[in-house]
Amino acid sequence: MNLKLETLTKIDEVITHYPEKRSATLPLLHLIQEDVGCIREEAIEWIAQKLGLQPINVYEVVTFYPMFRRQPIGRRHIKVCRTLSCALMGGYKTCETFEQEFNTRAGPTEVSPDGEVTVEFVECLASCGTAPVVLIDDELHQKVDCAKAKQLAAQIKAEAKK
Amino acid sequence: MSAPEQCRIIFRHIDEPGYSNDLACYVRHGGYEILKKSVAMKPEAIVDEVKKSGLRGRGGAGFGCGLKWSLLDRKSGKPVYLIVNADESEPGTFKDRYIIHQDPHQLLEGIMITCFANNVKLAYIYIRGEFPHGARILEKAIAEARAANFVGPNILGTAYGCEIYIHRGAGAYICGEETGLIESLEGKRPNPRIKPPYFPAVLGLYQCPTIVNNVETLCHVKHIADMGGEAFSKIGTPGNTGTRILCVSGHVQHPGYYEFEVGKITMGQLLNDVCGGPLPGRKFKAVIPGGSSAKILKFGERFKGKRKVGAEMVDYDWGVEDVPMDFDSLGMIGTMGGSGGVIVMDDSVNMVEALANINAFYAHESCGQCTPCREGSLWMKKITSRMVHGTARTEDAALLKSVADQIPGRTICAFGEACSWPTQSFLAKFGDEFKQYPETKKAAKPAGALELV
Repeated sequence: MNLKLETLTKIDEVITHYPEKRSATLPLLHLIQEDVGCIREEAIEWIAQKLGLQPINVYEVVTFYPMFRRQPIGRRHIKVCRTLSCALMGGYKTCETFEQEFNTRAGPTEVSPDGEVTVEFVECLASCGTAPVVLIDDELHQKVDCAKAKQLAAQIKAEAKK
Repeated sequence: MSAPEQCRIIFRHIDEPGYSNDLACYVRHGGYEILKKSVAMKPEAIVDEVKKSGLRGRGGAGFGCGLKWSLLDRKSGKPVYLIVNADESEPGTFKDRYIIHQDPHQLLEGIMITCFANNVKLAYIYIRGEFPHGARILEKAIAEARAANFVGPNILGTAYGCEIYIHRGAGAYICGEETGLIESLEGKRPNPRIKPPYFPAVLGLYQCPTIVNNVETLCHVKHIADMGGEAFSKIGTPGNTGTRILCVSGHVQHPGYYEFEVGKITMGQLLNDVCGGPLPGRKFKAVIPGGSSAKILKFGERFKGKRKVGAEMVDYDWGVEDVPMDFDSLGMIGTMGGSGGVIVMDDSVNMVEALANINAFYAHESCGQCTPCREGSLWMKKITSRMVHGTARTEDAALLKSVADQIPGRTICAFGEACSWPTQSFLAKFGDEFKQYPETKKAAKPAGALELV
């Protein structure tokens, strides 16, 4: 495991937040995924050892929560909200636009042919009043109709060329 | 009758120009003064004020907040924990996002008052994974508050100390269920616990007494400590006190968040006067009043019965537009106030397709622990999705009902109810549309028709 020093410092800090070490499982998974991009076998074993757990205790957590992934994804992560309020305002069309723009299919393990993006159709992002919404990496975009989706896609493509 | 004015207590500074989410701004607006006042009081006195206020939890169930606190096992000698449920994920609900992003110190002050009142030394804010900015804002706010001695050891020169930490979720709706949330905080899969014996007030986090409160509820605690329980109880209506943030989404002209005294506004006033009515050329068809789990209401249906007004029983005869937006009135007409998420659908929506969308959500989010819910939610998804994308049969309506009827009451947590109520209520109110769906499908869909699943 090749973790950045910053990540290791944060890991040691966050473990002290809990009376029982096992509670740090989710924070450690987040920190490692943010650092190396996904959760590989070695990360599961590393966390288990760090927290005094069996690897299965970590593995079952990784496979349950939708945000943890076991393989790398595109450089940018586009999450389009699929749930009712967004769907009522055209969320399916928004998702389709991103699929077309990047010549890919929506799915948590799909990567566009150029390796640039992963488009995912996710459940409620809790911004239903500004539907349809899209979370690109950590940034929320609101009222994303097809035109705005195309605009965002163009922006991502332009940034990729830099 | 036109709608009453908004009564912004919690959302007082939301979207206010020049109001920022840092400590200096909060303090300039009188921030943490109520915490100062509270730590000079007896903790029991604060709990009494909250009981007097009649505050009901804003997460979904509407359980009395003071009552929840009084159920805490204080004799066990174990530490007491507070968990703030900021796992806002009930579809249609988006109030906590704005509190966290724009006024995080209001939440922290509410948390510290609650902790002091219940002798809590360690509190966690469980924030959903999809709010990465929110988590960072809260981290910063906690650091500021700690540096100013509002959080941490010996706050404000007293012997009392309390730490607050952020814990991020990772995209699972079930973590909003309080015992599932506790399991998740313990580092496990969020499979809800069976009650009894695992009532959080007795056997919660690390098997210690634990309070789990919603973000909005804890903000109310701050205002109760400020104005006193009795004054708070005069806001709203008896049994439904205070204000409530209503989140409106879907087919209205002005979706958004609005804070009103509970029960002082009707559904019709909210949707027509406040939200500007239906989109041009459209008519309202249906509304889900309290998050996607709440049973759907059909415009045109009428609700009749007797209700208590003061000491008297009076008859009521309401259309959907006439229903006051409070816990009890919505409960009386067979649905619920839930999380305050109002989802509106107009006459462009086919109800089979809308249900198929909802069913896909619940099938994805079932934790899989109890067979009726794990299998049932998936079957309901498969049936409705087949109706839309494959062959639809007239007998599917009866099949769906039979699956939905076999889930509630047979599961560990309320997810069983939450996933079956949409199917049950859609069929009860729009059964004909399901039976006619095979015919409806034969007609060509207009170009650009709304796709829901």
